[in-house]
Amino acid sequence: MLDYMSQILPALLSGTKMTLSIFFWTLIISIPLGAIVGLGLISKFKPLVWIINLYVWLMRGTPLLLQLIFVFYGLPIVGIIFQRYDAALFAFILNYTAYFAEIFRGGFQSVPNGQFESARVLRLSYPQTIRYIVIPQVFKIVLPSIGNEVINLIKDSSLVYVIGLGDLLRAGNVATARDVTLVPLIMVGAIYLILTAVCTIVLKVLEKRSSVWR
Amino acid sequence: MLEIKNLVKKFDDRTIINNLSVRVEDNEILAVVGPSGAGKTTLLRCITGLEKVNSGKFFWNGEEFDPSKMDQKNSLVGVVFQDYQLFPNLTVLDNIMLAPKLVKKMDNEVIKKTALDLLSRLGLEGKETLYPYQLSGGQKQRVALVRALAMDPKVLCYDEPTSALDPELRDEVAKIIVDLKSRELQMTQIVVTHDMEFAEKIADNILKVEQLS
Repeated sequence: MLDYMSQILPALLSGTKMTLSIFFWTLIISIPLGAIVGLGLISKFKPLVWIINLYVWLMRGTPLLLQLIFVFYGLPIVGIIFQRYDAALFAFILNYTAYFAEIFRGGFQSVPNGQFESARVLRLSYPQTIRYIVIPQVFKIVLPSIGNEVINLIKDSSLVYVIGLGDLLRAGNVATARDVTLVPLIMVGAIYLILTAVCTIVLKVLEKRSSVWR
Repeated sequence: MLEIKNLVKKFDDRTIINNLSVRVEDNEILAVVGPSGAGKTTLLRCITGLEKVNSGKFFWNGEEFDPSKMDQKNSLVGVVFQDYQLFPNLTVLDNIMLAPKLVKKMDNEVIKKTALDLLSRLGLEGKETLYPYQLSGGQKQRVALVRALAMDPKVLCYDEPTSALDPELRDEVAKIIVDLKSRELQMTQIVVTHDMEFAEKIADNILKVEQLS
């Protein structure tokens, strides 16, 4: 058994590398993008709000799986061709940015107007107010919701299987089909659990650090 | 000297301030008193530029200025809000140092020294590393005052500074306001309050406003 596990482990770790790559890049790009789009959602410029709302509705109202298929298999029909990895990243970033934008919108709206006014009479510029006053407060408010999305992202990354990318789930599935045993799938489950546990710990540390003020 | 001429402020069709003219000398304390809804806070918000006026002009030492155009160089007016509006994510010291550092580009050490000095004068020594939630109402108000003073305003406005305070702290606030006048700051102070007794205690002049029918 142990021999078999060590035999398939390199393939699973290689799949894990792909899973983590999709996870990290999506997170690193879609969180700041989500904050910016979230700011757009509370803009006073109504056409911008309508456009962003339409985007958020499309992304949240359709399955991520459909978006992946659309980007990789659909867009080439109109001449837009992505490599598998780029297609996956593009679809994930578009999708997760929409979710993060909604979370940040709620966060921005829960910062009292008096904070903006207070910053204004102190002559802080709008970008300074956002950076030094609003973002730290919003970060604390949205952290639990962002945490949920982060955990979801780890699991959602398995959807890249549909466009033929060799992620963790695909590696396990291939081994199970080839060797007719449940062991690879159990190992895949264990690796996902380890990844989500690490994320949960990191999120707990961040929440603890941001609780020095109220 | 701050001068306001023919100020009119409306919210939709409702006139809140109708053709108000007032002059406040350097180092003068003006109390604005009146019942709730009479437009006291609206007047303060117009002076600080948080509300756009419908008509009227503002002058500082005879020179016209527009409070609603808040550029970074214009730190003429400071405010102590009724609910203080300290930044909860920053320590007391950072609350005070943020604007002088970012807006006035002052040297860190200079601002820190000024901030600690002001905190000490207002009985807040040792509180600089605390966050706002760790302070009492009276302490928060004094920190808000120090934060406004650190920007070296020529006009300092207070919105209902005693509304949330017990009688003992109310006297303390009165003492601080009068004490600021006795220093060589030559700062004009405008205090919006519904508390006539407090107004009489601190003010050189009292402006009574009434609700428009």
